[in-house]
Amino acid sequence: MPAIVPTTTTKADAPAASAGSSQRRSRTAYLLLLPGLGWLGVFFVIPIATLFFTSLQAPVEGRSGVYQAAFQISNYAQALGDYWPQFVRSFIYAGIATILALIIAYPLAYFIAFKAGRWRAIMLVLVVAPFFASFLLRTYAWRTILSDEGAITTALNALHLLPEDRILNTSIAVVLGLTYNFLPFMILPLYASLEKIDPRLIEASGDLYARPFTGFRKVVFPLSLPGVVAGTLLTFIPAAGDFINARLLGAPGDSMVGTAIQVNFLQFRDYPIASALSFILMAFILVVVFTYIRRAGTEDLV
Amino acid sequence: MSMSSGSASLGFEVKDLELINLTKRFADFVAVDDLTLTIPAGSFFALLGPSGCGKTTTLRMVAGLEDPTEGQILLGGDDLTRLKAYQRPVNTVFQSYALFPHLDVFENVAFGLRRRGIKDVSAAVTAMLELVELGNLARRKPGQLSGGQQQRVAVARALINHPGVLLLDEPLGALDLKLRRQMQLELKRIQTEVGTSFVHVTHDQEEAMTMADTVAVMNQGRIEQMGAPVDIYDLPRTRFVATFLGQSNEVSGRVTGTSGGDLLIEGAGSRFTLPVTRSAVDTGDILVGVRPEKLSISAQGSDIGDDVNYVTGKVTDASFTGVSTQYLVMTSWGGEWMVFEQNRSLGGTLRPGDEVTVHWRPEHTFGLAVDGSAAESA
Ligand SMILES: Nc1ncnc2c1ncn2[C@@H]1O[C@H](COP(=O)(O)OP(=O)(O)OP(=O)(O)O)[C@@H](O)[C@H]1O
Ligand SMILES: [Mg+2]
Repeated sequence: MPAIVPTTTTKADAPAASAGSSQRRSRTAYLLLLPGLGWLGVFFVIPIATLFFTSLQAPVEGRSGVYQAAFQISNYAQALGDYWPQFVRSFIYAGIATILALIIAYPLAYFIAFKAGRWRAIMLVLVVAPFFASFLLRTYAWRTILSDEGAITTALNALHLLPEDRILNTSIAVVLGLTYNFLPFMILPLYASLEKIDPRLIEASGDLYARPFTGFRKVVFPLSLPGVVAGTLLTFIPAAGDFINARLLGAPGDSMVGTAIQVNFLQFRDYPIASALSFILMAFILVVVFTYIRRAGTEDLV
Repeated sequence: MSMSSGSASLGFEVKDLELINLTKRFADFVAVDDLTLTIPAGSFFALLGPSGCGKTTTLRMVAGLEDPTEGQILLGGDDLTRLKAYQRPVNTVFQSYALFPHLDVFENVAFGLRRRGIKDVSAAVTAMLELVELGNLARRKPGQLSGGQQQRVAVARALINHPGVLLLDEPLGALDLKLRRQMQLELKRIQTEVGTSFVHVTHDQEEAMTMADTVAVMNQGRIEQMGAPVDIYDLPRTRFVATFLGQSNEVSGRVTGTSGGDLLIEGAGSRFTLPVTRSAVDTGDILVGVRPEKLSISAQGSDIGDDVNYVTGKVTDASFTGVSTQYLVMTSWGGEWMVFEQNRSLGGTLRPGDEVTVHWRPEHTFGLAVDGSAAESA
């Protein structure tokens, strides 16, 4: 942790140099940035650079799982060629899960922000409570809930509502799992932006002839857009890269990019392909995010 | 869209607002207590009262933002009581303005018209922005405006809908004194120009008196007195009104009889007369009151003439303010009186410690009932 050292010394020095000029103070500000920059360097830039070099490596003849430095761009073409269905599924599943989460989370966040009164704190704790149990455990629990003999599947089957007569090991289960697991990431930013809205604005819209739903559409929803954007990104990005839900709740044919990366790294020990997949996923997500933010920044979304 | 037919016309339809036995209870707390009053069409009506007396609650019931526990609200004879806020031809300027922060000034002002399905709003909005002198700021967001400008947007946003009555809840409360005075004149000008009724809530008595045709003084959910500012200032009917609308000097006494149209009163070792018509009580205990600027002050023993009411005392403080001199007098029974004496003569002013007679004409006197809080004045 060498990056921490300068900050500590600066802090200790500060009282001594009490007549510190503004120049000195701005230097202190930069010094205070050092731990953060150090963190980024160690845990973000170095791994990314390593990953990038790995994605261009070529296999060493005759020794499986061993690679050497190279400039093999064809790794990317191969990754995309072999795994494009996984990419498509990732984005479709994550997209549907994000929309479902938004539909579930918005009314809930609205209720907590405007109607919950003194129950507000308790409801917020309940929203984050699932985080106290491990992600893996909670996803396993869904295997039981959605199992073929479980109440939900039996009931829906009795009504002939399930195309494959089951939920577990289908894409439906994967999407449900993603929705469930990332729901709090949608609720919290939505709540934060709804909570800031002055309820008198809702009254003012009513006073100005807006029916309740129109008032919502013209006043509350536009003002909650920052929360909608933050929530959808915080849900979509991790959902698109997720490998647990597809693994535990889906059939092999429902696998997502995350699964492909995991299998290549850990089972096939094909590090270049796994790294190339990671980079392609990152690039796709960046494109999606930037397009989305630009659209949300203008009033297109309203 | 029940009201769209009436509001589509461009002129203001001036209407009487009637509140009938209007009551609001929160749990067992009575915020507005059996209020009955009529606000005549086209008047500038001020609802004046101390904090917590129920002014906002009254306005919110008229606007439809609060359901009355009992009573009725009529506008031009139509019963509004059961209508939702968005169905009422009434608009509000909120205490904190409540402008929509994501919409610019133009869209804030156009909001009401658009909600009623009016397509071409730009002429009306431009005209309204001219009226409040904000024509050049149409594309600013509320966050980029000063307090006074926001206040005008709030007025424009409400007025553009040609409400049967405009409700203003302490619209100037957030402004500094100078801007307040300026906006008072501005609001008065706008009201005269558009001619619709304004119901203006405030706890500033000077603001109420300078702006309104009619002032209603409210206390603990009830209207204590209502009338033209001059009338209720000159002839308060309760001790609360007397002290809330400026300074009031009081002395307690007892009615001993009548003579002609006057009540004869004894109290504090002196005798007072006042016209029966100016008194709230005509027998028993009474509080004799007079405004400080109606008083004259002279050294004890000097000639004050007959037919005047007077009390004696000692000057405890004299402050010269140019136009007038303000005296504090400790009266013979220990009460403190305030006297404003215009500096009309060059004669020497009285000094603290001087024994004085404070006198005034009977027709400037008012008589009040002695209530529980009367003891405070002594
Ligand atoms: N929602 C509510 N629940 C309970 N009591 C309330 C509620 N709203 C107002 N009150 C009470 O009703 C009384 C009148 O409130 P109101 O807001 O009408 O006062 P006000 O005259 O507007 O005062 P101010 O000048 O401070 O704005 C107050 O005592 C207040 O505490
Ligand atoms: Mg109020």
